[in-house]
Amino acid sequence: MSDNEYIPKSKVGKWFNDRLPLLTLANHLTDYPTPKNLNYWWTFGGILTFCLITQIITGLTLAMHYIAHADMAFESVEHIMRDVNYGWLIRYIHANGASMFFLAVYIHIFRSLFYGSYKSPREIIWIIGIIIYLLMMAAAFMGYVLPWGQMSFWGATVITNLFSAIPLVGEGIVTWLWGGYSVDNPTLTRFFTLHYLIPFLILGLVVLHIWALHVPGNNNPVGIDIKKPSKDTVPFHPYIVIKDGFALLMFMIVFAFFVFYSPNILGHADNYIEANPMVTPAHIVPEWYLLPFYAILRSVPDKLLGVIAMLSAILILAVLPWLDTSKIRSAVFRPLYKQFYWILVADVLILGYMGAMPAEGLYLLIARVATAYYFLHFLVVLPLLGFKEKTLPVPLSITEPVLGGMANLATAKQNESIDKIK
Amino acid sequence: MSEKKTNRRDFLFTATYAVGAVGVGAAVWPMIDQMNPDASVKALASTEVDISSVKPGNTITVLWRGKPVFIRRRTQEEITEARLVKMEDLIHPEKDEDRAKNPEWLVMLGVCTHLGCVPLNDKGDYDGWFCPCHGSHYDTSGRIRKGPAPWNMEVPKYEFVNANTIKIG
Repeated sequence: MSDNEYIPKSKVGKWFNDRLPLLTLANHLTDYPTPKNLNYWWTFGGILTFCLITQIITGLTLAMHYIAHADMAFESVEHIMRDVNYGWLIRYIHANGASMFFLAVYIHIFRSLFYGSYKSPREIIWIIGIIIYLLMMAAAFMGYVLPWGQMSFWGATVITNLFSAIPLVGEGIVTWLWGGYSVDNPTLTRFFTLHYLIPFLILGLVVLHIWALHVPGNNNPVGIDIKKPSKDTVPFHPYIVIKDGFALLMFMIVFAFFVFYSPNILGHADNYIEANPMVTPAHIVPEWYLLPFYAILRSVPDKLLGVIAMLSAILILAVLPWLDTSKIRSAVFRPLYKQFYWILVADVLILGYMGAMPAEGLYLLIARVATAYYFLHFLVVLPLLGFKEKTLPVPLSITEPVLGGMANLATAKQNESIDKIK
Repeated sequence: MSEKKTNRRDFLFTATYAVGAVGVGAAVWPMIDQMNPDASVKALASTEVDISSVKPGNTITVLWRGKPVFIRRRTQEEITEARLVKMEDLIHPEKDEDRAKNPEWLVMLGVCTHLGCVPLNDKGDYDGWFCPCHGSHYDTSGRIRKGPAPWNMEVPKYEFVNANTIKIG
């Protein structure tokens, strides 16, 4: 990369850049060499940035009208919906924005899983990503509590009670989290504070995520290391900017569909009933994006072990770079891994469906099998596959197979030697 | 470099870190403890309930410390059923005699010990309560019999002020 050689054209620019090299940074981001074979699955990083900014802006404007008090929160949300100018629009964007954020992050994560983007040298990018994902779940959960409806209240009760599973100190921790002996006003005000804080923590981590990405550069569908810059790369601007922009527009159509045509389809009707500590709704179901983990929690008959299983299901992702022993990144060249990958996708979808169903009979049985398979995939299949799998030949560069149809290392090398002789 | 000199400096460093750690701890603790129940929350420690209008076989629910408390006037059959259960059949063995001092009145927190939902009256496989959240079944003494909850529903501290009034807390 030629960052250090960059000199601004104007005199003022040079004067400023010598004191604070912002223009050097801008130049790095513009010229950043990007693999030229990135497909549309690579556009979700940009889409996620858009989601975060949207949540922060709509959240700030909602906070100007929302009142974080157990007696007034529910009413103030109705006030936003009915009285505040465009309040309905801002709230529906914020509420559906959370779902869109998770939709995009799941595609982003499964993209990484398919193309092996978490592998060396990109482990830190991946781990920062998992931390962002955990913070997103915390922010989404606490945000869902703020309208102080029935689902808000009982969701908060069930989730905070997970901590009571910890031996000895569990009850004390739950009381501390609540600031009382049940979910009540002190709980609401602290959740509001943390819900406001977390997006800015995420923003900081996103900067680190991108910084860590710009050290080795992007992975790509072929999953090979490439020289940067070279004939295998294109500058970020305008090539990737245009591609990301187009994908973002497509994504915004889906987003707008939910906001304008079915703004409540992803929510629960029970949350339009004000919180009542005396009555629990008949079916407590978390938001769709938490369902697979909820299914894992319920499929273990023991309270403490259920909580441990649920947390492990997320934390196991953090050590994934070391569980996957294969040297080949992309599933394109891993015929067996490709099949297991799609089984995992199906497994997570099944878990999500079971999380929405009552935990009994056949549903419970299927959820248990799916839970067992989830852990089997990461703890047994992935470590073994690296040793057992016969991978396909990997091309030497991105350009070679495109131009000459020489898809593998052997022919590419042969071609190189012919070039040398010429 | 003599070894003695290094040791003196090491001692100073260690002492400084130790004092620093105590200082940080002292500064952080108020920030953590402010989240615990405050004086106004603790002040709402007891509630008096008039039970004169409760008929046998009925349950009233009152709010105590933000949590529902079930006060059930049990029928004779329910009491007999609760008292005949063998201890070895229980997940969390407690005698009904210990849970309901006055057998006619069962007073307990209406909070499922699994994840805190409010169980439903007169439901479930054991004629007591059933939690709709994750399917825990409680018997006529509020003891867990089936499902993911680990303990019986908690009996709070309470006393009969007179024949018609219970003081919880």
